[in-house]
Amino acid sequence: MSSFSSPAAPRPGDVAGTLRLLAYLALAVALIVLDHRGGWLHRVRTGVQVAVQPLWQLAGLPARIGRKMRDDAATRAMLAEDNRRLRNELLVLGARQARLQVEADENARLRALLGAARRHSLDVQLAPILDIDLDPTRQRLVLDAGSRDGVQVGQSVIDAGGLLGQIIQVTPDTATVLLLTDLEHAVPVTVSRTGVRLVAYGIGRSDRLELRNIPVSADVKEGDVVVTSGLGGRFPPGFPVGTVVALRPDVSRAFLVGELVPAAQLDRGRDVLLLREVREPAVRAGTDDGGEPAPPGPPGDAGAPAGGQEARP
Amino acid sequence: MSRRARPWAMPVTVLAALLLGVLPLPAAVQPLRPFWLALVAAYWLIEEPERAGLGFAFLCGLVADLVFGSVLGEHALRLVVMAFILQRFRAQLRFFPVTQQALVIGGLLLNDRVVAAALHLFLGLKQLPWPYWIAPVVGMLLWPPLFVVLDALRLGRRTR
Repeated sequence: MSSFSSPAAPRPGDVAGTLRLLAYLALAVALIVLDHRGGWLHRVRTGVQVAVQPLWQLAGLPARIGRKMRDDAATRAMLAEDNRRLRNELLVLGARQARLQVEADENARLRALLGAARRHSLDVQLAPILDIDLDPTRQRLVLDAGSRDGVQVGQSVIDAGGLLGQIIQVTPDTATVLLLTDLEHAVPVTVSRTGVRLVAYGIGRSDRLELRNIPVSADVKEGDVVVTSGLGGRFPPGFPVGTVVALRPDVSRAFLVGELVPAAQLDRGRDVLLLREVREPAVRAGTDDGGEPAPPGPPGDAGAPAGGQEARP
Repeated sequence: MSRRARPWAMPVTVLAALLLGVLPLPAAVQPLRPFWLALVAAYWLIEEPERAGLGFAFLCGLVADLVFGSVLGEHALRLVVMAFILQRFRAQLRFFPVTQQALVIGGLLLNDRVVAAALHLFLGLKQLPWPYWIAPVVGMLLWPPLFVVLDALRLGRRTR
């Protein structure tokens, strides 16, 4: 009965309720700010995430069962057909690979002549995607492989098409991939035709990337393929990122903005490759090189590491 | 009032709602996915206010943030806002016919979308495309059957 009385005089219970509301809201806002701005909660989050894993595994189960049933139900004829197609593909790819090997050898010879640094060899690891839907406003993927399988934060993730993203979080059995298309993601790239260096930004849509601040004079055209440039050292160079489909002037009209279609197939239910780079010794060697010439050179010790880095390219 | 309620019903239904929240759907249907957790939380806030209050909503939201991979605190804030409004109107809401309840729940879910949109605007995160605004309607339509199912789960087979 009392709830139908006039709301003029708030009861003490209401005031307490409002205070509790304010307390919880403040707590939530504090968490949001800490997680979004500072990233301080990262470690805590990674720790607690472990508890959530069983739920993820459970949610990924229907898709896994569906795939298994489809595999089981495949008829002999379908398998034979698949087998034939794959064998043909293998043949074609093998032939192409043989031709590329010649080019690669030639490239290595030319690079040796130029005295350029040798490209690092790459090692890959196959990881299945855990088929679950995360928050649709963020472009993330969960992999069904974690630190127990040797996955590390910062590894690049690719598929048959090209670069997919990078690992941002690892728990013992799962890993979270930040996709190229996430609003918070950017990759240093180069136009493979002309070598123009740019940065490709995610815009939160799974089928588009954006190249910003392209000088009007730069040689970029629709249809150009864009690959990772390797600048910044996070991604290895030479992996396809996307194809330019549209160019338009930006707000200031001093630069162009390019739209890219990602090269990787950003749909679900597939396996991805994790790049494991055998780069550690090379970096250490680089800093040693920078350190050794430093003593004879009188200029301050602060210059030594910078010199070491500059010597690289 | 004090019918024998099953104590395990609450955590089980909340877990189920979380699971339904990450279950993979075809891309075309994805925007229509109702906010299951909000529906289930609303049920418990209405039916068992002595066990489920603002703290319950906050905890559910925190776990949801971990499971859904959103910014920590986002779902917590959204659910706390919803829980507060529900608590205020609980006395009236309890005696509404279920269709009218569904309308109120639909309004709450829409309000939740507005809160989420405002939060994303404030944080500079990506806004959801417009089809996602249909999800509250789906949630509203699901309320009557969900209410019956949850009642059956909470109180056992026998009808009231």
